Amino acid sequence: MSEPVIKCEAVYKIFGENAKKMLQDSNGNVDAKTFQENGCIVGVNNASFEVSKGEMLVVMGLSGSGKSTLLRCISRLTDATGGKIFIEGQDLLQLNNKELIELRRNKMGMVFQSFALLPHKTVVENIAFPLQIKGIKTEDSISKAMDMVKLVGLDGRENYFPRELSGGQQQRVGIARSLAVEPDIWFLDEPFSALDPLIRKEMQDEFLRLQDKLQKTIMFITHDFDEALKLADRIAIMKDGIIEQLDTPANIVLNPATEYVRKFTEEVPREKVLLIEDVMEPSTTDNLGDLKVSKDEIIENVAEKILTQEKSVAVIDNNNKIVGSINPTKIINTVFGGRKNNN
Amino acid sequence: MELIKKYPKLFQWLFLLIVFFALCFAIDVPETYKFIRGQAEFVKDPNQSSFVFLGKEVRYYAFDVFWRLPPLLGWLPIWINDSLFFLMNEWMPIEFWNEDTQEFRTRPLVLQISRNLTAFMTFLIELIREILLGGLETIVAFTSWDWIDKNPWAELPGLPWTIVAAGSAILAYKLSGKGLALFAGLVMVYISIFGQWKPSMQTLSFILVAAPLSFIFGLGLGIAAFKSKRVEKALYPILLVMQTMPQYAVLVPALVLFGVGDHAAVIITMVVAVPPMILLTILGLRAIPPEVIEAGRMSGCNNWQLMFKVLIPTARRDILIGVNQVIMVCFSMAVISAFIGAKGLGFNLLLALNQLNIGLALEAGLCISLIAILLDKMSLAWANKQTDYFGNLTFYQRNKNILFFVATVIIGILLAYVGTFLFKGSYNYLFEVPHNKGISTADFWNKGVDWIFDTFFVYIKAFNTWLIQDVLQPMRALYLRMPAVATLVLVVGAGYLIGGIRSALVVCGLTLFIALSPWWDRALVTAYMATFGVIVSCLIGFTVGTLCFQNKHSASFMLGVCDIFQTFPSFVYLIPVMMLFGITDTSVLIAVIVYATIPATRYTIEGLRSVPVGLHDAATMSGVNKFQRLTKIEFPLAFPHMMLGLNQTIVFALFMVIIGAFIGTEDLGQYILKALSDKKGAGIGFTLGICVAFIGLIFDNLIRTWVEKRKKHLGIN
Repeated sequence: MSEPVIKCEAVYKIFGENAKKMLQDSNGNVDAKTFQENGCIVGVNNASFEVSKGEMLVVMGLSGSGKSTLLRCISRLTDATGGKIFIEGQDLLQLNNKELIELRRNKMGMVFQSFALLPHKTVVENIAFPLQIKGIKTEDSISKAMDMVKLVGLDGRENYFPRELSGGQQQRVGIARSLAVEPDIWFLDEPFSALDPLIRKEMQDEFLRLQDKLQKTIMFITHDFDEALKLADRIAIMKDGIIEQLDTPANIVLNPATEYVRKFTEEVPREKVLLIEDVMEPSTTDNLGDLKVSKDEIIENVAEKILTQEKSVAVIDNNNKIVGSINPTKIINTVFGGRKNNN
Repeated sequence: MELIKKYPKLFQWLFLLIVFFALCFAIDVPETYKFIRGQAEFVKDPNQSSFVFLGKEVRYYAFDVFWRLPPLLGWLPIWINDSLFFLMNEWMPIEFWNEDTQEFRTRPLVLQISRNLTAFMTFLIELIREILLGGLETIVAFTSWDWIDKNPWAELPGLPWTIVAAGSAILAYKLSGKGLALFAGLVMVYISIFGQWKPSMQTLSFILVAAPLSFIFGLGLGIAAFKSKRVEKALYPILLVMQTMPQYAVLVPALVLFGVGDHAAVIITMVVAVPPMILLTILGLRAIPPEVIEAGRMSGCNNWQLMFKVLIPTARRDILIGVNQVIMVCFSMAVISAFIGAKGLGFNLLLALNQLNIGLALEAGLCISLIAILLDKMSLAWANKQTDYFGNLTFYQRNKNILFFVATVIIGILLAYVGTFLFKGSYNYLFEVPHNKGISTADFWNKGVDWIFDTFFVYIKAFNTWLIQDVLQPMRALYLRMPAVATLVLVVGAGYLIGGIRSALVVCGLTLFIALSPWWDRALVTAYMATFGVIVSCLIGFTVGTLCFQNKHSASFMLGVCDIFQTFPSFVYLIPVMMLFGITDTSVLIAVIVYATIPATRYTIEGLRSVPVGLHDAATMSGVNKFQRLTKIEFPLAFPHMMLGLNQTIVFALFMVIIGAFIGTEDLGQYILKALSDKKGAGIGFTLGICVAFIGLIFDNLIRTWVEKRKKHLGIN
């Protein structure tokens, strides 16, 4: 695998006056309580992870868990107190102001929870804003922005002002603006949290469609576990600034690392989240039925078929090759078993 | 005992009051004490003691220190004065090239800076004045008087009044719509017909220079304060003092630094108008959601782009409200700075009041108020105007207003040209209606005043006598009877009970400054007048506000009335009261009451309005009647905001008390006014101004601290 696009090594963010000194004294052993007694608030506590090209990492946590702070460290909207952050191999914290601006102008895009549109500019002007800041001619930037308007499906409303749009439409503008400079890295800070449930679902689908087309490297912040499961390649679950678990959605649901993570997974309908691949036995027995299911199917879609079988069912990959098997009892255990045990 | 535990605060206050009164009765009035008149003038008196501080001799009456503290700060005004003169006349002499004499001359740096500033301001004012009225000075500034003599055609012709009137109507139409356009047109026509054109344009040109300059400086300093905590910390105390500093007091040092005339007035106006602009700029920039700033940063803005493409446009409305404030202060100062020789309506107003020609004063006052209202409405309309998108419009649609204006300029010039034939031999009324040829209503008003005096003299006099003899004199005597130590204990105790040790120290410092200055007695008189005004204003304001709040329309109506009254330059309030009550303390107090009732009413209505709708519903569902709702829900919740209103009322009252010195009072204001005509008055005027500002700040500190605590307690933002 090539070099990761985003790489964090032991990143800390601590708010307070003598945060830096306290961090040095603590030797990397940061305890939120002792820090708080000394007037410091721990935002991010020893975060290390990598995001590779085209991957979507969703950071999930409740409010105050430090997820937004982590994102702001990586976009350097705030400076991390300790640790190292690399963007495509470049040490982010070593960049001077000019280099940082260059990086943002060309490589980064960000979407905000409250949309953060400029109230005095129209839709198309808002989208063209990062381009104009870069110094691109008005005509070119507007025509490029118009492409973006079409991409997010706002044609016909390009001359509206933000105040004349609904929340969902405003966020479409926010998304279009963040994509205008064709960034490689896309930050989304709870982009759909301020929207109504129905609009949110619509926007999530739209977002998946866009990502399918654009294949950006994404860091997506949310407090909604279902949203994280639906969108993520990998999920990082944060609590009190610490990343509790960072894994694929399936692994998190199946093997929650901590009690805290397990609480989130309890209510998750596993058959809707897990794929056959996640629960199959990699070994194959000869005693297989006639039915074959693809390893990429969501359990819910094939459960009924499998449950009618008496023998184990063969699991195949894209090339029709058998890669494993699954027993109907396994399906029953997955769907009902885990939850019972937990109660 | 249980009662004490139940209401600890109440008993603390009671205890404080008991101590205060005990001190009042325990400390006798010293026999040598009489209400001191001459103290500030430092006349030699055998009863006086003296001490030398920093080389200055300070004289004072050696009273019992518990009764009146010795004026240990007596050296301050003299020292300020000497420093100013030293700065102006001796400090840092540098050689400067003199254009007129074509040689180098040695001049102190400050003097040179002040002269250059003066020249620059004068040029700006003359430029605008001559665009409006015509004249030579601007062309002279670029060439020379000799050149003018050789080229007699070279003169700025000035705009005919028709063009200015139509132009302002078009501008008003663009900003707001037909209603304001009509109002703008009518105001201009009124001014012209009633012969006030020239002074009005002089005032307008003064404002057109002072307001933009104040805006630029205020915005710049506001941005600097927003970006740097250090700048903000440095500016904060100055802003605080300037908010409560009476405008008179700033005039005096300006007189020394910049002399007499329009330029000095502009500079002084800037000193007064910049602080509110700074405050509103900071407020507006602070109110921007952090995500918008982050969005700007993530779009790759550098600092400059972030400020001018993201922050300022986003804070546009607050900043334009600041412009509105600046304009209002400018109008207020346009009148007051007539004391240091600013030309225009203010000067006429002052002159008329001095001659007791109420009719003329009323005309000038009406004009200045009308222009003030007009500019107020226009700048507010500008602030509230949403940008429209013009991308798809044709050239004509986009530039409609400019085209119209060009057309009116041409028509206006043609009309004025036709006028030269129509009114051959007399004045060209289509160009400008001269001062004495307009319709004048002065006689009518003067007769009206006479009639009122003839008819109601008995009643007014009776009221006057009653108020002065039975209310004001005893109240004044009571205030003067307070020993300094007792007052100090009361104020500091209140500070401690409200805001803890910090508040107590701040208040103690402010009070000590006044007590140690030579004007403690005067400050007490000021305080008594302000107190009387504030009490009556609050009674009226809270009642009127509460009554108007009962009905949505009357509340909006009342707020509108408050808006308009607040737009009047403060000096204008003196005209009608002088008309009715002549030159007495009653006049001043009535002006104070009228002026200070505005914030009391406004804040009451706003406070009551801010009670959340949800609470109303909850209260209604609990089955309260209207009265219960008012006393149990609305008053407790609106009270903090109403207290802020009280704070404003105090500031307004103090301002008006000081301005009332013009009519003749015995308080600090009178001494400020005296300092204006005193060659060595700068230090005295300035120190007096600070004393008044500190009186305001004592109450400001106490009330604000209380309100903040209360709001926290109630959980309001």
